[in-house]
Amino acid sequence: MKHNRILRVPVKSLVPLIMMFGLYVQFHGDYGPGGGFQAGVIFAAAIVLYTLVFGLRRARRAISLRALEITVAVGVLLYGSVGFVTMMLGGHFLGYDRLAHDPLHGQHYGILLIELGVGITVAGVITALFFLFAGRGLRPATRERVEPEEDATLEESFEGAGAVEGTP
Amino acid sequence: MTELMDVLLFLFLVITAFGIIRMRDLFAAVMMSGLFSLLSACLFMVMDAVDVAFTEAAVGAGISTVLMLATLAITKREERGDRRRVEPLPLLLCFAIGSLLIYGTLDMPAYGDPEAPVHTYMAPRFIEKSKAEVGPPNIVTSVLASYRGYDTFGETTVVFTALVGVLLLLGGRLRLRPSSTMDITMGVDLRAVKRRQAERRQAVVDPSAAGDDAAGDNGGAA
Repeated sequence: MKHNRILRVPVKSLVPLIMMFGLYVQFHGDYGPGGGFQAGVIFAAAIVLYTLVFGLRRARRAISLRALEITVAVGVLLYGSVGFVTMMLGGHFLGYDRLAHDPLHGQHYGILLIELGVGITVAGVITALFFLFAGRGLRPATRERVEPEEDATLEESFEGAGAVEGTP
Repeated sequence: MTELMDVLLFLFLVITAFGIIRMRDLFAAVMMSGLFSLLSACLFMVMDAVDVAFTEAAVGAGISTVLMLATLAITKREERGDRRRVEPLPLLLCFAIGSLLIYGTLDMPAYGDPEAPVHTYMAPRFIEKSKAEVGPPNIVTSVLASYRGYDTFGETTVVFTALVGVLLLLGGRLRLRPSSTMDITMGVDLRAVKRRQAERRQAVVDPSAAGDDAAGDNGGAA
């Protein structure tokens, strides 16, 4: 797969487009279908696609598991902190009316922020889940292959699974 | 026209489900389950539940298929065992539960019934007032993010907790190693772990047949 140019070139150009679409779904969720959850999944799907074609090692070099853990926590905290801010402004927990002078604007800001929180969390969780599942059979500390001869089969069978006709 | 679409989509759904059951090639079964999700997404689309269709297509057809493939990479491609044999008891149980479920649907309002409770209770209120109270033209977003903000917070926490569980099981950095100074209490009897550590250290100092084994384990985990 690493040498399959026909797959690599379109995927490389598709990944940023998918990410852009994810952002569109994220911030356009008030007006059209979509929202944080869907956006997060689409964003993660772009990373998954990249990993399928370019291999887990390259993907993990770009995005470490540690960074994902922090990202995931930040999303939930962003959501929760919006609730606490509204409480401190004298409203209910997650009562966005208080976030601005005009309650409708407050609602808009609140929804944007919590959807962002959901999106960040979902994108992080799905990417991390995929990395963890795909990294089974690899030693966690060093990410080296457990057995050298299994190297090719694991990589190929997994990467081959993403191809249309690729069979290990 | 819509009815025809519904019938066709449901028909394909049933065919796909039977295909998954009969298939022994797990790779093909995973692909078929992705197809199943895509058909479900089409059904949601026909029912005008665009947001749900979106999620189903992205999660069901996309991510979960890939996760299943990742799992498949570390197992066999073929299902093991003889599947031609029919087990009477599980079959009977399936039929019993299935007929109970179908019996349960008899109480449900007819498909598309405007008098159904779901269309008369809260939905009209959301449709009438969400524009003035919350603002966004997409009422689904208003309900999810504002009216039901608590629920969505709960959902986000569930997603977060799922990852924490997987991290603990499949091992990120949090890992109970004999050589590690970190003591993570994940329902693990720390005293037993300490005792085992002491035993291993003893084994390293005093190598015997069992000691070699323990030392090897230690080296592997470090």
